[in-house]
Amino acid sequence: MTTNHYTLKVNGKEHQVADAWTGESLLWVLRERLGLPGAKNACEEGECGSCSVRIDNEVVCGCLVLAATAVDCEITTIEGLAPEGELADVQEAFIEAGAVQCGFCTPGLLVTIDKLLETNDQPDDLTVREAISGNLCRCTGYGRILEAVNLAATKRREATS
Amino acid sequence: MSVTIARSLDQALEILSERPDALILAGGTDLMVQINRGSLNELSTVIAVNRIPELQGWKQQGDTLILGAGLTYAEMEKSDFTSVAPALAQAARTVGSPQIRNAGTLGGNLGTASPAGDTLPVLTALDAVVCLRSTQGTRQLPILEFITGVKNNARQPEELIEAVRIPVAQGHQEFCKIGPRNAMVISVASLALVVDQNAQKVRVGLGTVGPVPLRPTEAEEHLSTNVNWAANTVSTATLNQFSALAAAAAQPIDDHRGTAVYRRHAIGVMARRTAARAFTEETP
Amino acid sequence: MTDIQITSPVSAPRIGESAPRPDGVPKVTGAFTFSSDLWHNNMLWGGTLRSPHPSANIKSIDISGALAINGVSAVLTYTDVPGSLLYGLEHADQPVLAADVVRYEGESVAIVAADHPETVRRALAAIVVDYQVTVPLVDPEAAEAAEPIHPDGNLIRRLRLRHGDQNIQGEIQVEGTYEVGMQDQAFLGPESGLALPSEDGGVELFVSTQWLHSDRDQVAVCLGLPPEKVRFTLSGVGGAFGAREDLSLHAHLCLLALHTGRPVKMVYSREESFHGHVHRHPARMWYRHHADTEGNLLRVEARLILDGGAYASSSGAVISNATCFAAGPYLIPSADIDGAVVRTNNPTCGAMRGFGAVQTCVGHEAQMDKLAAALGMDPVELRLKNALKSGDKLLTGQTITGTAPVAEVIKSCAHHPSTLLPSDDMMSLPGGAGRTADPHHIVRGQAMAVGFKNLLFSEGFDDYSSAICHLVDGVATITCACAEVGQGFVTLAQQITREVLGVEEVILAPAATATVGSAGSTSASRQTWMSGGAVQKACEAVRQQLLERIADQHQVNLDDLVLVDGQIVSLAGNFSLDLAAATTEPLEADIEYHHAPTYPVDENGQGDAHVSFAFAAHRAVVDVDPELGLVKVIELTTSQDVGRLLNPLQAVGQLEGGTSQGVGLAVMEEVLVTDGHIRNASFTDYLIPTALDMPPVEIAAFIEQPEPGAPFGAKGIGEPPSISSTAAVVAALRDATKRELPRVPVRPTDIVQLENDTL
Repeated sequence: MTTNHYTLKVNGKEHQVADAWTGESLLWVLRERLGLPGAKNACEEGECGSCSVRIDNEVVCGCLVLAATAVDCEITTIEGLAPEGELADVQEAFIEAGAVQCGFCTPGLLVTIDKLLETNDQPDDLTVREAISGNLCRCTGYGRILEAVNLAATKRREATS
Repeated sequence: MSVTIARSLDQALEILSERPDALILAGGTDLMVQINRGSLNELSTVIAVNRIPELQGWKQQGDTLILGAGLTYAEMEKSDFTSVAPALAQAARTVGSPQIRNAGTLGGNLGTASPAGDTLPVLTALDAVVCLRSTQGTRQLPILEFITGVKNNARQPEELIEAVRIPVAQGHQEFCKIGPRNAMVISVASLALVVDQNAQKVRVGLGTVGPVPLRPTEAEEHLSTNVNWAANTVSTATLNQFSALAAAAAQPIDDHRGTAVYRRHAIGVMARRTAARAFTEETP
Repeated sequence: MTDIQITSPVSAPRIGESAPRPDGVPKVTGAFTFSSDLWHNNMLWGGTLRSPHPSANIKSIDISGALAINGVSAVLTYTDVPGSLLYGLEHADQPVLAADVVRYEGESVAIVAADHPETVRRALAAIVVDYQVTVPLVDPEAAEAAEPIHPDGNLIRRLRLRHGDQNIQGEIQVEGTYEVGMQDQAFLGPESGLALPSEDGGVELFVSTQWLHSDRDQVAVCLGLPPEKVRFTLSGVGGAFGAREDLSLHAHLCLLALHTGRPVKMVYSREESFHGHVHRHPARMWYRHHADTEGNLLRVEARLILDGGAYASSSGAVISNATCFAAGPYLIPSADIDGAVVRTNNPTCGAMRGFGAVQTCVGHEAQMDKLAAALGMDPVELRLKNALKSGDKLLTGQTITGTAPVAEVIKSCAHHPSTLLPSDDMMSLPGGAGRTADPHHIVRGQAMAVGFKNLLFSEGFDDYSSAICHLVDGVATITCACAEVGQGFVTLAQQITREVLGVEEVILAPAATATVGSAGSTSASRQTWMSGGAVQKACEAVRQQLLERIADQHQVNLDDLVLVDGQIVSLAGNFSLDLAAATTEPLEADIEYHHAPTYPVDENGQGDAHVSFAFAAHRAVVDVDPELGLVKVIELTTSQDVGRLLNPLQAVGQLEGGTSQGVGLAVMEEVLVTDGHIRNASFTDYLIPTALDMPPVEIAAFIEQPEPGAPFGAKGIGEPPSISSTAAVVAALRDATKRELPRVPVRPTDIVQLENDTL
């Protein structure tokens, strides 16, 4: 098998990847090589959003990124959403609103919603639903998640005012 | 190094001329699914083309839009693009999910050439021209010459899709797509309708109802010649006949996503509805 | 808008409050360890070779090519299974690895351990299996008469239910035949785990599951090891909904770890997951309902046939549920119901939330609407007229001794005002961004449905639970093997402990077979009752020990002492003690908790087979584009009989989540099987509702009538939301389209009904 070595910058830190098989996705490398299993592997074909990460400020499916091509990028995962020991507004909101059940969809949703609120801190219901339409949740029916987004938006508006 | 990130078009073309078996990786929304599934054995050379500056973005030259192969669906949803290419923007909004739209590219949709590709019926209705480049030079192919069959296109191994040329919107444009869920669906059937006010012509592209996107030319002809262009109206009889001709032009199959009968019917419905949005239906 | 009090995490919330989850912070930071997140230095990766054929004989398996690949540590087949080859939930009828025959597409044939998943993939591709393909048995109606595809025969179980006077006939009769397609649980967390060989020759497995001890017991028999040497610990579970009640990779991982002497990790791909777990039974149901001209139900006849697929799993219990609850929550004096579940070469079916009652609810509610139409009666009035209540007899002859507020559930749901807001946005129409319709193309429909099922296991099973309470320095530690799959048992365990002991800090120890007895399965809406009950009793036992000690030490009356807010208080008012200071010597209790006995049903399906029941109703509003058959569910309202709300916020989550699974089955979810092959084993084509497909779920009422015998009077709440939701959505579609729609999921072609359509 041909192998690669390269450097990835994740959550502000540089990580060396060595002897990696060419076909490894960024999701797999994060989870199995870099000790960052926050992004999840519910489908690995871009149909569930559980692997959502930010690359250079766009939210994409980490499973659809070839890890070796993600060099010279700023990669942000769920582990980098807030400084160590702190919770971001979206994370607090999810807990308060009861939006977490099994939690498997949660990291992907948080990354997606964090980005949404950056561009729109007062999104209406349909806007939120379309923004998270690529994040499947099987446990909640999305009700408490929508509530969490409203709560987080309020927190964010209050923090910036 | 078996993965190369091309930083310029020339660099990518150089590699392709030496390694025509190389896999071209843009947004990864098709190729990575195959890699994750294990469908591509013994990956040898992968060229990542999503950082090539010459392939990014789009520009307007007079009445022509030149769309870089690296243009993403998310970029096509933006308001400045929507106003010059509304049907393509509508199609882009239906692709996959927001995450997919941030990564997936126009060039990728063409490169994969899936019968269900969402931009393809729109490009067909727009008489798009696909621009290919290799170290040997450039080629321009009309879209229906570029897409040659199910997941087959006319790109030579040493060529890259560089850009797509379409006309700036010259009138009303519509795109409809049918799927069994309200988000994240593979098209069951889709239809694009493009009105050219100056030429007084309506062009139509049918998607997912044939091995390649289809131009229902009889239907187009019927509608184009029977629209009241001055008043921007159309008769019920014309709409019905247009609908029937569009449906007749479809070549759908039965598969797990839909039956041929349903798909043909759906094309007819979408034809009528899009035409009725572009032109006011005359009351008797 | 549902009005829920959210308590701050600072306080110590007890029963009845919306306590936040103890695992909330790790889940939102990505620190929570799901079974697919496990990692061990020196670990190998495991993989499974699966049969591409639904039915074939195996002539030979050649693993030499796989063994020759660099990086491969083990390739195992059935000959490497040291103990029993067969396992199973109800009957040990399924091989760990196929020996001479495969009976469904995806059946496990060989397993591999190697240094990298890509090596595993190549090794699997290098294994050569010589299959002699045979014609699969795929028609459940032909199964009983066909050649057996398994030594246990093709009839897994038949129940005949004869209740009351069999000669009754009604002046009004309505008939119908209904079909429910195969639904998948589609949990997000893939099957996964990590096994480590132990020094004593045993093995440790960290795994996602619903029933730790049942898994361990089955695997120990297959490994030929005593149960104490097979140590299962629950890892983080990414949803379950019934699909983790059976074994999947458990024995495989243990075999590979024992064989290689190294830790082995395995994660199923999504495609593999569809093949690797049981699904909801597809069902065909014929009904005939009899009523008098006033709308009193007199008799119901039904024939049910469920396709169990290749192995028995929990099919016997599923058909029992389906048969017992076939006619819904209505008082009917006479019944003749025949329920059968059969074996075919289709994918194996077993437990899924609702467990047989989902399918029959589709049938009985369609029948009730037909009956209402035949009578010229309002469908809600017909249901109210016949609604069960406490003291009524079920079709099994069992009298409902607990609560049965069916009328309250129906009325509160039916009378709840609509919360619909009009919207001009194209995205709110069926078709969404596909822009397929304009507002004048859309027709709206509305309807209600009611459903019920049993709580806890039945027919004499005795599904007990166990819990240990340990109290020291004012801190309680609870050990319980209850599988937390997302439902929030961990939150309740803390609330119950705080309620009983008055403590603030409650630690939850890992759920492991090595440290505590079985908690039974996380299914049948039973864990709040059974494991909640075990935790309650264990805490009460510790409280008793403590108060006896204090009463003795301080020469006070035991009956005067209470635990509250971290204090031991004498109600006579003469002293209070700090709980932490008073518990420097640990106290502990290990309790097994049993529910009231249940009994098998007799040859007429009569018997006191169930512990308790829960009821729910849904009202659905749908928008339909009749020309294209596209659908959007735009409003859902529900009421549910909950006994007592222990955590309102979590309860809302259960009702909303269960309802969304019902919506999925109504309009988009089906595992498509042709000649035994799954055609849509991916999230691309097995569609579950997205945020654009689900409307808000308006909870009209939680009906709280405390259930006698249930801890805190609380009924289980997980399943009822998934039962009447499907039936309500389909009924609303019938209202909109005026089509019979006897089949779910309803597809666009079912609504449009084109001539010569091939579906």
